[in-house]
Amino acid sequence: MPTWSEQQTACWGNHPVQPAVVARPERARTLRNAFLEPGPVGTTTLARGLGRSYGDAALNEDRADARGRLVLTERLGRVLAFDPETGILEAEAGMSLARLLETYLPQGWFVPVTPGTRFVTLGGCLAADVHGKNHHSDGSFVTFVESFELLLSSGQTVRCSREERPELFWATTGGMGLTGMIISVCLRLRRVDSAYIDVSRTRTGSLDETAQVFESLASDTTYSVAWVDMLARGASLGRGVVFAGEHAPVDRLSGTAARSPLVWPAEKSRSVPIDFPGFALSPLSVKAFNTFYHMRNPTRVFTEPVTSFFYPLDAVRGWNRIYGKRGFQQYQVVIPPDPGLDGLREILDRLAASKRGSFLAVIKPMGAESGGMLSFPRPGWTVSLDLAQTPGLDAMLSELDARVIEMGGRRYLAKDASMKRDHFEAMYPKLDEFRRVRAQADPDGKISSSLARRLGL
Amino acid sequence: MSGPRRVLITGATSAIARALADRLAARGDRIVLAARDDEEAGRTANDLRLSRGAEVFAIRFDAEEVGAGKRVVETAAETLGGLDGVYVVHGAMWPQEDAERDPTLAARMAVINLASPAEILHAAADRVPDKTGFLCAVSSVAGDRGRPSNFAYGAGKAGLDALCHGLRGRLLGRGVRVTLVKPGFVDTAMTWGLSGMFLVAPPERVAASIDRAAVRGKAVVYTPFFWRWIMLIIRLIPRPVFDRLGM
Repeated sequence: MPTWSEQQTACWGNHPVQPAVVARPERARTLRNAFLEPGPVGTTTLARGLGRSYGDAALNEDRADARGRLVLTERLGRVLAFDPETGILEAEAGMSLARLLETYLPQGWFVPVTPGTRFVTLGGCLAADVHGKNHHSDGSFVTFVESFELLLSSGQTVRCSREERPELFWATTGGMGLTGMIISVCLRLRRVDSAYIDVSRTRTGSLDETAQVFESLASDTTYSVAWVDMLARGASLGRGVVFAGEHAPVDRLSGTAARSPLVWPAEKSRSVPIDFPGFALSPLSVKAFNTFYHMRNPTRVFTEPVTSFFYPLDAVRGWNRIYGKRGFQQYQVVIPPDPGLDGLREILDRLAASKRGSFLAVIKPMGAESGGMLSFPRPGWTVSLDLAQTPGLDAMLSELDARVIEMGGRRYLAKDASMKRDHFEAMYPKLDEFRRVRAQADPDGKISSSLARRLGL
Repeated sequence: MSGPRRVLITGATSAIARALADRLAARGDRIVLAARDDEEAGRTANDLRLSRGAEVFAIRFDAEEVGAGKRVVETAAETLGGLDGVYVVHGAMWPQEDAERDPTLAARMAVINLASPAEILHAAADRVPDKTGFLCAVSSVAGDRGRPSNFAYGAGKAGLDALCHGLRGRLLGRGVRVTLVKPGFVDTAMTWGLSGMFLVAPPERVAASIDRAAVRGKAVVYTPFFWRWIMLIIRLIPRPVFDRLGM
């Protein structure tokens, strides 16, 4: 039974595609052995969860002179401990949020921070220090992480928390798997009364109006996010739909939902069976979609299951295939409060002017930094959107990066496939600290990724 | 199906057995997981206790040891206060070339894939109750013909087929059903990185088939279903032709 398999690998953006030697262990011991297995000189290894980052963060290219290995953690996602009083869950790092929700939502517990898909692992959430629609109120994923176990390349397994090995804790948080393999995560879940969200949806006609809606939300609003029509220009620039959400109390529910509030209806799942041809995403079809979306979402208050509020795209399996074989990049940056909205307007305007279109442009205000040395979130406005991988895209994004740096902002590593090294260095002020801790944790450089080599991490 | 059952699952660290245990635990069955690596099986048992609220135990079981099969059935029955059914899921596959280089691997495969299931099924046949008792063994499409590329493995599975066939007839009068499940290629550690895989099924899908087949008391079930037709064609290929195909 071979451990290693030579494969072509990619992440969710299908760009880049690189060869790697891949293991997918099914036992705790074989996972450990695969991660530590010595290889020819120059061999590096990287742990990978469900590969839902977009660019090359979870890739480790196998090159002629240096073996690149990936160890998939997805088969090991078991519960290790759970305290029904406090909601503190300890689980193997390969547990997906989907499995977590399936198990614990019926018991009244929810993931405290979730990205836009539940097909991600706990280890991946920590390694990217992911954020969700509640970043402004609750912070990023690590806020709810009590501790984790990390397997170092020396073979030693260490527990890290804010008190125990704090440097390693903050380097691993958002550290893209480069300090070691996260073995288990101890996470504080959120108590909820139902599997439903009370949503308040507001349609807006301009960026100023979108921002005003965010500002008008009650200060204790838990979830907020806006979808923005990227093809609206001029006075309509930044028009969109703002969503604010709260976990629904049981007395707000009716019908089936009221009778079994913690059970959510099954989704009608569809899948994209083929890679779409390039012409499918013409400016016209994208414009039609965006206009349709704007029209279909008038201002309204309603209740919907958590799955439709947090994971609308999970219902379309393989949605990344609409970008075809060439793949796409998701560009996400955060702009600090100064220049704030003006900065956001400039970035949106430049992206709109590029006429590269996008189905998904999402903006939201972000809260405080978590403390992770390479964590992305910081106060300000974040914008993220999908861009098909077409000629000239990398150069355009690089120009945008330069502007983002002048504004004091940064770009998200979990979505990056094209950032330049000097841009990256200018965006992450704690990079030297990270490098120092990483050099201690992995002195022989046995852990690496394509992203790490590209950015000189 | 009536109420929670008391069941033994062998080969419990395999992806198929884990997916099966998860289904049964979610339904409230009480389970003993038996595996050589009982520490690993213990982690799965702990997971199912915590996440499914089920009663699940893990015990050590080495399929290569004669006598271990009878013991594991007895221990499971003692632990659960009786035994309603058994799922024999353990198995081993080494590449044919390796077995030719080291014939002890051929012997070990015969023991793990046939001798050990034979002991367990014989021991369990007396333990399970009339009418509601069941025995289920996981074989493989590889047992349908002696393929030149994989016959040391296939031989054990072919033997298991004959064993279950005979046992089913033997237990018919007592109303104990014996089910044989033949998966095609399954996406597990056993097939990871092997070349020539096609129509690979996720372990959860195969576990669902095993579960359904045992509940319905079917004699032989191919999973996914289309393997029944693929294997029908393969079995119809005349022997002189088949031997020259190099399959």
